[in-house]
Amino acid sequence: MILTSALPVPMADFPPSPSTFWQPLVNFGTVEILGMEMTLAITRPMVVMALSVGLLSWWLVATTKRAAVVPSKGQWFTEKVYDFVRNDVARDMIGSKEFMRFVPLLFAMFVLILANNWAGIIPPIQLPTFGRIGFPIALTLVIYVVYHWIGVQKHGVVGYFKFMIPPGLPAWIAPAIFVLELITFFITRPLTLALRLFGNMFAGHMLLLVFTLGAWELFTQGGFLTAVAIPAWIMSFAMVLFEALVQFLQAYVFVLLAASYIGGALADEH
Amino acid sequence: MQPFADTLTTVAVVTAADDPEASALPILPYLPELFFGLVAFAILYFVVKSKVVPNLEKAYADRTAAIEGGMEQAEQAQAEAEAARQEYVAQLAGARDEAARIREEAKEQGAAIVAEMRQQAQAEAARITETAHKQVEAERQQAMVSLRGEVGQISTDLASRIVGESLHDQARQTGVIDRFLAELEAGDVQRTQVGTGQES
Repeated sequence: MILTSALPVPMADFPPSPSTFWQPLVNFGTVEILGMEMTLAITRPMVVMALSVGLLSWWLVATTKRAAVVPSKGQWFTEKVYDFVRNDVARDMIGSKEFMRFVPLLFAMFVLILANNWAGIIPPIQLPTFGRIGFPIALTLVIYVVYHWIGVQKHGVVGYFKFMIPPGLPAWIAPAIFVLELITFFITRPLTLALRLFGNMFAGHMLLLVFTLGAWELFTQGGFLTAVAIPAWIMSFAMVLFEALVQFLQAYVFVLLAASYIGGALADEH
Repeated sequence: MQPFADTLTTVAVVTAADDPEASALPILPYLPELFFGLVAFAILYFVVKSKVVPNLEKAYADRTAAIEGGMEQAEQAQAEAEAARQEYVAQLAGARDEAARIREEAKEQGAAIVAEMRQQAQAEAARITETAHKQVEAERQQAMVSLRGEVGQISTDLASRIVGESLHDQARQTGVIDRFLAELEAGDVQRTQVGTGQES
């Protein structure tokens, strides 16, 4: 095809593979740390993350620096986002008594996840940062430490473990429940929290790659398959819109669950 | 859809074809990214906690205060209006009482005046009657005295003429006339005995 040969851009391999997500922009080479080989690199998701932090900080500070009783348009918009996290997530999940302590944490987390998720469909970034599992693990680690810390702070070390057993259980079933709760508190919750976000972003991006690159593959085959590329591309547009929804939902679900874990640790009873 | 992204992808894949990270499992974290994520979040958290949330919460507090202040002002105005109305009603009731009291007083005073006037009139009437009585009595006494004199004179004159001599001195000396008149007054002498015998 003339069109392909005229195109100066080299295309990614089809089908896409997990290695697609490994994008070192600056590679410092491989070093050996503690007997393990590790590549030192500044990856594209790192740059996107740094940019998002910079832009979010600028946006949030600029619109709230002179926060007034009668808000400006920018402040009004920021307030809408802030209110969503503050009232519909933090206050509803943690309770109106202690939620304010955790609003900065949850709000910062929500805007950071949302911005990076949507960056996954915004040209020219188009790589969801949280499709790299290091980032979901970082945020999950923060939540993990916070909810265990406040749980121990509230109930004491022994009290915290006692608190995991729901009251009113028959004595013979309590040990089994305790083990289950222990697994929930220390393994299931952080694992699912991180993997849910990672999996959605990773799979979503793969899906988009399949449709866009797949359409290109079809287009270059010629004949009937070229015609089939058109609906595939149309489908990829639909998938982008669908991804936008999923990316918002994942940001929401992440902070909602984080708030629920914090609220649970602060509860008087299991 | 993603020419730029794919460009980079390709470049990365090409240049790092023998990179162990490219073939690493996608669910194993690339530690530099993990640490970078922690630092990035810490920075954003610091900005949000120290600048954004305090400013917004302050604006919210101010807003609540402004709304509550307005409501308080309205309540105050309402209370003032209510107080003014109460005062007005109280004043009105006071005025009504006052009017009733004044009317009552006037009525009482009127009655007292009428009674006094009546008493005065009665006293005056009694006085006038008394005076009239006294005057009539005086006049009667006077008339009686003069009549007595004249009757005595006429009687003696008549008797003198009948007898033919003056009885004046004698009559006077004996006091006959006076005695007769006194008897007459006392009713001891009946006119019928000296007159024609006709009853009046």
